[in-house]
Amino acid sequence: MHGARLGKLAWAVGLLLLIVAPFVGLYPIFGMTALCFAIFACAFNLLLGYTGLLSFGHAAYLSTAAYTTGWLVRSAGLSPELGVLAGTGLAAAVGLVVGLIAIRRQGIYFAMVTLAMAQMVYFVFLQAPFTGGEDGLQGVPRGKLFGLISLRNDLVMYYVVLAVFVAVFLFIVRIVHSPYGQVLKAIRENEPRAVSLGYDVDRYKLLAFVLSTALAGLAGSMKTLVLGFASLSDAHWSLSGEVVLMTLLGGMGTFAGPVLGAFTVTGLQNFLADRVGSWVTVIIGAIFVLCVVAFRRGFVGELLAWWQRRGRKS
Amino acid sequence: MDIFGIPLQAFLGQLMLGLVNGSFYAMLSLGLAVIFGLLGIVNFAHGALYMIGAYVAWISLDRFGLNYWLALVVAPLLVGALGVVIERTLLKRLYKIDPIYGLLLTFGLALIGEGLFRYAFGVSGQSYPVPELLQGATNLGFMVLPNYRAWIVLASLLVCFGTWFVIERTRLGSYLRAGTENPALVQAFGINVPVMVMLTYGAGAGLAALAGVLAAPVIQVNPLMGSHLIIVVFAVVVIGGMGSIMGSILSGLALGIIEGLTKVFYPEASNIVVFVIMAIVLVIKPAGLFGKEA
Repeated sequence: MHGARLGKLAWAVGLLLLIVAPFVGLYPIFGMTALCFAIFACAFNLLLGYTGLLSFGHAAYLSTAAYTTGWLVRSAGLSPELGVLAGTGLAAAVGLVVGLIAIRRQGIYFAMVTLAMAQMVYFVFLQAPFTGGEDGLQGVPRGKLFGLISLRNDLVMYYVVLAVFVAVFLFIVRIVHSPYGQVLKAIRENEPRAVSLGYDVDRYKLLAFVLSTALAGLAGSMKTLVLGFASLSDAHWSLSGEVVLMTLLGGMGTFAGPVLGAFTVTGLQNFLADRVGSWVTVIIGAIFVLCVVAFRRGFVGELLAWWQRRGRKS
Repeated sequence: MDIFGIPLQAFLGQLMLGLVNGSFYAMLSLGLAVIFGLLGIVNFAHGALYMIGAYVAWISLDRFGLNYWLALVVAPLLVGALGVVIERTLLKRLYKIDPIYGLLLTFGLALIGEGLFRYAFGVSGQSYPVPELLQGATNLGFMVLPNYRAWIVLASLLVCFGTWFVIERTRLGSYLRAGTENPALVQAFGINVPVMVMLTYGAGAGLAALAGVLAAPVIQVNPLMGSHLIIVVFAVVVIGGMGSIMGSILSGLALGIIEGLTKVFYPEASNIVVFVIMAIVLVIKPAGLFGKEA
């Protein structure tokens, strides 16, 4: 079968699986959490996989939006859709400020700067009065979507999260295939050459950064609605590391990779948490090392490479 | 006597604490700079190696009765050997690919180290006694100076400037610097570059462990002590510019002092002041204060 058609088929099957999943044994809360992390990882992949920028502080934007939405919906009585919109917007604003500073350095320094800025955001949330410090911001109601649909039911919430996820996924596919996305890839492959071709590389990178942080924020806002709380662990550097792992494990620079990675890592953590306790960190670390040493293309990348090799042989 | 409404004693006390923190920043960013120079790897595991150094000191006292001074020798050697193993088995596979993989690999190693020590010792801190010789404090007239803190500053200055001397002023150092510029050519002159790289990582790891042993008596030894510190040290390195040895020493000390002073004047900001300074430096001088690259 032709590669592109097979790809479309795989996407259709994937979507169908996600639609029927709650009826065949997927625990809705787990499904929603994993979908939120899938949005998060897709947003991150836009930056790492398609622009070649390693942000090591994406938890900052997820948590900014998570706290904003949580506070607005709980304490200011905003409707969920406005809360999510505001959270996403504020995450993009923080992303714009950090982006303006971080794109002044390239490569490995970019990673260190974004990590340091994210740590700053962490301390702000640790000390700010409205975040509830170590306890987190608890008791966020889900409310009614557009004042009509109550989100209290987990199944309804699941399909709202799924719809948001599909929208984000298609949006990212659209960006990557647009002329703008082609320039991003050119920057990833050879930045000096993109500069010499006359592209204002910094502006392209900044826009990619803001888009990625806004979508990361959207993931955080949805997560707060799903779980009913935002906490400091949303802002911790270990979450910034986890999203790198999700993307790397699934396959960076592929559309489906981050989704698979997010489900794998979230599932693994859920599965291991009750069984092995603090070994979870060790296992996550070991997967990291293994991925970097022997599995840099990730699940989807390896699959595509295998498919191409096969196509050449026949 | 007051300075801006702060009692002089408290002011000098915080200044001293800042200088102690700055000593650790300097030692760790120095190690990062040396490793980055030769290996092109940003060593995220540096904080974990520092933590392991502190634990080696604590374990050797608690289980084997080895005193502080022996730990000061044993911990860097053991952790340095661990560094050599890491370099030989893992890092050497990464020299030809994008440097971000080095960061990711060492991040994974840091998680493994942290997780293992959490499993073995829990998250609560272990206290390590100040060695007898350095207990007590000296009254300088204008302030009371705890002897151990003075020792930390002295020892780290010695180590930092010793390292600077070796790298900038000796024949061995010239090989190292040449290896940073052009490893292939240095190899052609008959110097075994892979061994040099291996020993450099080992030495960097040992340096981190030495900082860990020095820190053990003044902080609670716990598995998470390295992870926050390493992020601050990253910021220090960005501020100083990773290309310069002296730059990382000076900016480490200076930022420690600034952080200490912030604790006096505006305590709420003391956790973030280093990051704010980093942002300002990046806006004004993107290459860092002592950086050479454009």
